[in-house]
Amino acid sequence: MKAEILNKLTILAESAKYDVSCASSGTTRHGSKGNLGSASGWGICHSFTEDGRCVSLLKIMLTNHCIYDCAYCINRRSNEVKRAAFTVDELVELTIEFYRRNYIEGLFLSSGVISDPDHTMVRMVQVIKILRTVHRFNGYIHMKSIPGCSQQLVHEAGLYADRLSVNIEIPTEKNLRLLAPEKDHDSVFKPMQFIQQGMLESAEERKKFSKAPKFVPAGQSTQMIIGATDETDLQVLQTTSFLYDKPGMKRVYYSGYIPVNQDDKRLPKIIQAPLVRENRLYQADWLLRFYGFKVDEIVDDSYPNLDLEMDPKLAWALRHPEHFPVDINKAEYQMILRVPGIGVKSAKLIISSRRFCKLSSADLKKMGIVMKKAKYFITCNELMMLNTVQEYTPEYVRKALTGEKISRKKPDQNQLSLVFDP
Amino acid sequence: MIIFKYDKSFEGLLTAVFDAYFRKEFPDMLLGLDEPGPLFIETEHIVTTDKEKTNRVWEGLEKKLSSNALNMITHVWLSELEKSDELIFRYIRKTFDNQQNIETNYADDDVLQMQKTAQKVSREKHRLTGFVRFVKTSDDIFLATLTPDHNTLPLIIQHFKDRFRDQQWIIYDLKRNYGYYYNLKEVSEMSLADTNMIKNGQLDESILAGNEKLMQQLWKQYFKSMTIRERINIKLQRQHMPVRYWKFLTEKYSS
Repeated sequence: MKAEILNKLTILAESAKYDVSCASSGTTRHGSKGNLGSASGWGICHSFTEDGRCVSLLKIMLTNHCIYDCAYCINRRSNEVKRAAFTVDELVELTIEFYRRNYIEGLFLSSGVISDPDHTMVRMVQVIKILRTVHRFNGYIHMKSIPGCSQQLVHEAGLYADRLSVNIEIPTEKNLRLLAPEKDHDSVFKPMQFIQQGMLESAEERKKFSKAPKFVPAGQSTQMIIGATDETDLQVLQTTSFLYDKPGMKRVYYSGYIPVNQDDKRLPKIIQAPLVRENRLYQADWLLRFYGFKVDEIVDDSYPNLDLEMDPKLAWALRHPEHFPVDINKAEYQMILRVPGIGVKSAKLIISSRRFCKLSSADLKKMGIVMKKAKYFITCNELMMLNTVQEYTPEYVRKALTGEKISRKKPDQNQLSLVFDP
Repeated sequence: MIIFKYDKSFEGLLTAVFDAYFRKEFPDMLLGLDEPGPLFIETEHIVTTDKEKTNRVWEGLEKKLSSNALNMITHVWLSELEKSDELIFRYIRKTFDNQQNIETNYADDDVLQMQKTAQKVSREKHRLTGFVRFVKTSDDIFLATLTPDHNTLPLIIQHFKDRFRDQQWIIYDLKRNYGYYYNLKEVSEMSLADTNMIKNGQLDESILAGNEKLMQQLWKQYFKSMTIRERINIKLQRQHMPVRYWKFLTEKYSS
């Protein structure tokens, strides 16, 4: 029994780990009498693995048996990996025991597809239903919705889960069909729509009856694999922006392609996952959500890919020197937010502090603004600022910030140098 | 140099503020009752902690500051950093002496310093809500031990009380030698007379519950399996989860 559980846990955790989402945020739910657990709103990280990723939820598969043969997936039908399946009770017990020891925030349940989507989904719903109703588990639950399952099952899952997600996996449909012949974008967008519909209906219901059940209160999320196919960052970010326009889409995750299936001819031969590109995409994602940027400001047809050497905000600023320098003591919040080196927090600090006195560059430094970058793009309460991007050129600033060697004047050849040997 | 000596309690500090305004004399240095003073002392005042005076100062603060700023004061106090009492003293003085509310003036050194210190404490508080690890004992009590940098325990108790209502638990600060016990009804402060059964942050095996070892083993295995070996980034791991917390994390200590 003991050895068997350990074995299953190893196999099914290994199969689940490539899903990057692990957020436990979006729901605030206090504990109540007779229930176990609460949800914290911001999410809590309980540990960090050696790859630096947060462990918040028990991220696990119900089974890694799968009828599909998607090229990018480690659990595809044609792979010879060890297969296992949890029984519903085993998984429920494991979740509760881990939760009581404060190892985890809750459960992130996903599964390979056995026999057909509905059959799989029924078993998954069973797990979270027993957790919620029998064990009165009040912690966080994130469940994958299986593409192609029925609306009724999505609806039932939504009543127990805090977040549902369907992974889009590949940014364009053409490439998705290439790598996963059994899937298309429609099979992904359908369940997304079901979730969205459920959320809207529940919101309507709750206007009438405040006690009406909540439907996926933490919304939905999705994930794209980056670098397995030939999409440009422009295409990726367009898909992102399209998804964020839908109500209830909380997060789009990017997963740098890790070559799990080396021998497949449809996949690129790479040694290292494209981690820098992944990072730049997340930065661009943040610009879309919190900094008021539009996709075509970050990438466009003439610059279809993100600059890997610098963050997308700096890249934008250097392409648009005409907006700078920004006067820290006068400019609007939105404009201050666009200065490289100033984030949301520091922009707010600036706005609230400048009511008291004019801010100098020393003040900014103390507040934690990255002056190394910001100094080229601002003026503040100093007599003269002659070192902005206007006086230097964007090319110079680029070199200075990316650490390229700036050619200095060679030492005067006619001057004798004195060398003192100790 | 003007010196105030007080009993190093928060109430004592607020009483010191009261005394200073009453005497129209403000200390250059705050010391504990038995701390030796510097060489040239002009005046030395011994503060006698007084509930009445404490309350008057706190009520005065409540009138001038937002609940956020008041929280910040408690956080800075719990930071237990050196000279944090003098920082709070100066901050309170600035609050009372200015017509305008000063709490968002981050160009002021003390205001900024308060905010930064409070943030440190608040960060640890958030971290601990994740890093607390309970060990189930044979008498069904879930015990967690830690040694936080700051005196953060009082700030996290509410979270655990809310979350684990149907299990008895103890969260214990080994550095400050006190903790909190929840008996299924209420939380009370306690301190262990004898911490011999805890060695290097780990509980003696003889008092563990039956399935505890298995659960620890499962968790460790899960933790190991989650690592994507193609993306190893130890520096990032340590940045999020500093090594000083490791000895209390089930998944990090070796059995």
